[in-house]
Amino acid sequence: MLASLVGLLGDIDFAEEAAQEAFAIAAERWPRDGTPGDPVAWLVATGRNRAIDRLRRQRTLQDKTQLLTDAQPMPTSDDLDLDDSTISDERLELIFACCHPALAVEAQVALTLRALGGLTTEEIARAFLVADETMKRRLSRAKAKIKVTAIPFAVPADHQLPGRLAAVLAVVYLIFNQSYPDRGELADEALALGRLLADQMADEPEVWGLLALMLLNDSRRLARVVDGELIPLAEQDRSRHDHAQIQQGRAALERALALRPDAGPYVLQAAIASLQAEQDIDWDQVALLYERLEGMTGSPVVTLNRAVAIAEAGMPQRALEVIDTLDLGEYRYLPSTRAELLRRVGRSDEARAAFEHALRLSTTDAERRLISRRLAGLSR
Amino acid sequence: MKYAMLIYPKPGSHDGLGEDEATALTAEYMALRADTRCIGGAHLQPGDMATTIRHGDDRNLITDGPFADAKEVLGGYFVLEAADLDTALEFAQRIPAVRLGGAVEIRPLVDVPMEAAH
Repeated sequence: MLASLVGLLGDIDFAEEAAQEAFAIAAERWPRDGTPGDPVAWLVATGRNRAIDRLRRQRTLQDKTQLLTDAQPMPTSDDLDLDDSTISDERLELIFACCHPALAVEAQVALTLRALGGLTTEEIARAFLVADETMKRRLSRAKAKIKVTAIPFAVPADHQLPGRLAAVLAVVYLIFNQSYPDRGELADEALALGRLLADQMADEPEVWGLLALMLLNDSRRLARVVDGELIPLAEQDRSRHDHAQIQQGRAALERALALRPDAGPYVLQAAIASLQAEQDIDWDQVALLYERLEGMTGSPVVTLNRAVAIAEAGMPQRALEVIDTLDLGEYRYLPSTRAELLRRVGRSDEARAAFEHALRLSTTDAERRLISRRLAGLSR
Repeated sequence: MKYAMLIYPKPGSHDGLGEDEATALTAEYMALRADTRCIGGAHLQPGDMATTIRHGDDRNLITDGPFADAKEVLGGYFVLEAADLDTALEFAQRIPAVRLGGAVEIRPLVDVPMEAAH
């Protein structure tokens, strides 16, 4: 629909706003009036009428995006059995345009949040710790590039799909990861996008894998940060985990595995998250899955996670040996993990130095306080 | 929409090609040029055949060699008529320079209205 609106209105910026309004109106009206015979035509007409209204009234579009956030035609979180709707179909085309590889990744993320999540430019700027002006420029440059270079609003052809879908999944997962530790609204946006993709691309195992991964990790949101303090998994109050959401995550994981038994990277990570949602975690199994993921991605961050699993399985010395082979630059979780392992094997002085290094690299107050608590624990 | 495909072959990637290989490569480029959507194109002489002219203080400066002091030099171009960027990208990915370690830059042309062009 957006593509047709762009044709009618000739301006991606404006059409996007009008489309959001049309979605909002549809979400409000369709349950009451029933779906019109041709929903796309209806939405285009509504969007155009709205746009004309808007031109007349000369009002800013800013406040209207809120409408979409409040009345998004997204399924509710308690059902995974999503119904097909033309709206989601058009939103799928929009997400492929926003996550086009011809745009820089930061621009892909910002555009996706703006166009599909209904976040304001200011909210996105805050979430990514950049100035409003910077984000405004980033967004308008990206929109100009879509328009000038004719990036299509379309689901890519089959032979292009794997690469393009990987880019979309990466953007959604980036948004999700940016929600740590205390930006829950970004996790909600990422989950909504994950559900949209699962609804529209139900044959893609990695789509279900990503949804499962996000549902499972997000199920710990309330236990992970309590009164502004970060709580490590082992110390979390499990009654604060969202068990219904864990079930949904596992259902999504099963769906992914049923589609293709040899798991891709998101499915593997979801399987790990599923194991970590158990009361008694099988850390040997977790380490094994990380090893497979390591072989697939070659990422030192994955190796770091494998080392944690090895330590949790009762082999902190072995874990330290793995970690000491890593070259992760100033990656902030390397010294904090190393410090914790050094503490466990009783090398307190080295642990203290590593915690202090981690403290210098930490980026949030909550992280700094957690590390300080660990440091205080050492002195006792 | 018209797109320019600016072709930057990897320096030296055509050196040491046998006659058959060179002929096959030329045929590949000709086949792309023969695509009905391809409305223009050229193969440029090497960068060391270039002459560059710049504005100087009292007169224009004429120097030997290409404009940019880079290893990669524009080797040629196609102009393609395509519906959208994905179609253009698909065409661009078949340009042999990509496979041979070079790069292709895709830039849409500014649309000049007919009245202005006359």
